[in-house]
Amino acid sequence: MNIIYFLIGCSVLLALIFLGAFFWAQRSGQNDDLYTPGMRILLDDENPEGDKK
Amino acid sequence: MPETQTPVKTSCYHCGDECQTTAYQTDLRQFCCQGCQRVYTILSGAGLSSYYQYNDHPGTTRTRNDKRFDYLSDPSVQAELLDYSDERLSIITFYIPQIHCSSCLWLLEQLNRFNPAIHYSRVDFLKKQLLVRFDPQQLSLQEVVELLNDVGYEPLVSLQDIIKKENKAEKGKLVQKIAVAGFCFGNVMLLSFPEYFGLSVYEQTFRHFFGYLNIAFSLPVVFFSGRDYFVSTWRNIKNRVLNIDFPLALGIAVLFIRTVAEVLAQAGAGFADTLCGLVFFLLIGKFVQQKTYHHISFERDYRSFFPVAVQVMAEGKETPVPLSNLKTGHRMVIRHNEIIPADAILLKGQALIDFSFVTGEAVPVSKTLGEIIYAGGRQTGEAVEMEVVKPVSQSYLTQLWNNEAFTRKQDNRMKTFNEKVSKYFTIVLIAAASCAFLAWLPLSLSTGINAFTAVLIVACPCALALSTPFTMSAALSIFDRNLFYLKNTAVVEQMARVDTLVMDKTGTITTGSSIRIELVAELDSLARQLIFSACNNSIHPLSRMICRYLGELEKLPVQDYQEIAGKGITAIVAGHQLRIGSSGLVFGDFSTAKMLTRVHLMIDGNYSGYFGFFHEYRAGLQQVAALSPDYQLYLLSGDQDHERSELLAFFREDSHLFFGQSPQQKLDRIIALQQQDMKVMMLGDGLNDSGALKQSDLGVAVTDNVNNFSPGSDAILDGRSFAKLPAFLRFSKDTVKIIHISFLISLTYNLIGLSYAVTGRLSPLVAAVLMPLSTVTIISFTTLATHFTAKRRKLL
Repeated sequence: MNIIYFLIGCSVLLALIFLGAFFWAQRSGQNDDLYTPGMRILLDDENPEGDKK
Repeated sequence: MPETQTPVKTSCYHCGDECQTTAYQTDLRQFCCQGCQRVYTILSGAGLSSYYQYNDHPGTTRTRNDKRFDYLSDPSVQAELLDYSDERLSIITFYIPQIHCSSCLWLLEQLNRFNPAIHYSRVDFLKKQLLVRFDPQQLSLQEVVELLNDVGYEPLVSLQDIIKKENKAEKGKLVQKIAVAGFCFGNVMLLSFPEYFGLSVYEQTFRHFFGYLNIAFSLPVVFFSGRDYFVSTWRNIKNRVLNIDFPLALGIAVLFIRTVAEVLAQAGAGFADTLCGLVFFLLIGKFVQQKTYHHISFERDYRSFFPVAVQVMAEGKETPVPLSNLKTGHRMVIRHNEIIPADAILLKGQALIDFSFVTGEAVPVSKTLGEIIYAGGRQTGEAVEMEVVKPVSQSYLTQLWNNEAFTRKQDNRMKTFNEKVSKYFTIVLIAAASCAFLAWLPLSLSTGINAFTAVLIVACPCALALSTPFTMSAALSIFDRNLFYLKNTAVVEQMARVDTLVMDKTGTITTGSSIRIELVAELDSLARQLIFSACNNSIHPLSRMICRYLGELEKLPVQDYQEIAGKGITAIVAGHQLRIGSSGLVFGDFSTAKMLTRVHLMIDGNYSGYFGFFHEYRAGLQQVAALSPDYQLYLLSGDQDHERSELLAFFREDSHLFFGQSPQQKLDRIIALQQQDMKVMMLGDGLNDSGALKQSDLGVAVTDNVNNFSPGSDAILDGRSFAKLPAFLRFSKDTVKIIHISFLISLTYNLIGLSYAVTGRLSPLVAAVLMPLSTVTIISFTTLATHFTAKRRKLL
């Protein structure tokens, strides 16, 4: 049953990594604007040779 | 057969407005004005015509726009506006109210195709902000703003932007605290399950291991996430106030100490899961309470719409001068659409001042040379020169902000239910805990301490602390849906206690834009045509309205056209002598009738009647008037009393109507009402109501467009929802009732818990079940009840 120590260590480590990732995302401002990226993705990239619609 | 030509109505390719002429045409596309046409030319020239493919008519009309941005070259102004700047990089955030569709987004993020010196531009759609990074050596700030202006997105540059940036960090911190608390809560729950299900004898080593891990997870919860509760409790104790944070902090501390003690003494599992859950839920409650509206600002004062700088004439040259340096005697030049920042005397030009920001009155007023013009008006028409007679902060309007109502702390206008209750709650809680301790003390000290801590743990007012934020945030979203935007959750409770409504007239109970026009004259078709032809030459808003009223008619040749500022028009149209305007112009009689705005008509010396202009009262004023006698209704108007008799129908009592009130008098009037123990709700719309809005117990700014300017207030009401005001008031009372009921529910839970606690044998499992259960009950009850009452009040 000593494997439990290892497993709990792993799970806590993994959770800490996720927590760290969240902190990083928060600090770098990824969550500041949750609306605009959804609109941005609908805009096409410009085709320099003119539109082929 | 006569050839009839029906003019084809086309809409502007850029902005979608109706095209009045066919003069502006490019690539077979019609534009309503030169401004729109120019934007199109610029965009298509830069190969950015996809702008028009994402949406039909994505632009905003450019008819009234010719701003100058010279002041942006002033280094002190620049330093205040730029977020960051060094030799090679400048960063600035603009607020651009015109952002409204995906085309805007697309275009504004392509700025570097216009000028490669712009490295990066990013739109935040909800906040209507644009972040631009550019190279200041190749491109000045002024050029960036001019480029934006050229493509139809004029940023709103005001000095108050600088102040706005402060509260952003707060919320981010709270999210981090919630993340930590949630992380620890989840892990502690996992580690506590074995304890609940029972560990066999040979698994006892795990029990200690789990216990230590639990302590480790509680540490960040108590000292990082829960830190605010201790800080605020300490501050409150120093100020001799008992608020809800005290029992909460006490609960957190007791939970933590008892957990550590039990685990270290190997006496039990402790309450780590209850502790983490408590802090987690409390922080969620805090988060819910902090609703922010990205597009609305409640803290605006005159600075947020006054320009940053103004053009001043000195030695025949115009130089931009920041407002703070504007002094008495300066000769400023105010162009079309610019705002007059200080009280000044008109020296040159025809002033036609739109005071809609100040009074809500939409029809511009013309001023004659030598007249003093108060700050806050917006010049329409040609450029005028005026001499400053008072510095910006001492002007008639702006001196209002020196009043103590603006410097006083606004936190404790009214005590919320929570604040009132928590004082007694804390006292009762400590008394109960002490009683339990004393009762068990003769038996054994440890049981006494057990009972004492158990009472504090179980009675920790988690549900109580959550009932207000959850009810209020649900209420806030209901109000929000009905176009009524509240500054924060405390406003709901303030609204529930209001018993007096004070209203401004122009712009608040009348609509700013829609003015009813009535023709009191018998006009044949020729006369109509004559009047139309004459009025069509004038840009005065009344003439425009007359033209619109008469409809599209064929224009007749006009000779000897003369427009006399503030009086009217004289002209000879198709051989007929026309005089259109005030009674002074038409009759030569200067005893102005004070009734309502009238434009008299005289054709060939014969008086033929007049156009009357009435302000229309907002739909729903009748319903609001029906609020009396439950609510006292007052009217505070800056105008003269020519509508007294009409208004009396709504306000009933003559002594409740006040006319000709200056901004300061409005403020004083509110104080007078408050001294009679009335809880006053002020509804206003212009800067002249700012003092009254601030002084009142609840200031509501009424506006027709929430993105437009509205004075600083506790709440912003969209004019379209004015009729719902009675429902809003009743709903706020219901909300407070819901809080009272949820308080009773949470008390019941506390009593159940207490019956366990006083025996001194509180098992961690009971605490761990009771706490989330009460929380979930409260959250679901408040949310459901709020929605139910909203439906009943027809707000949903």
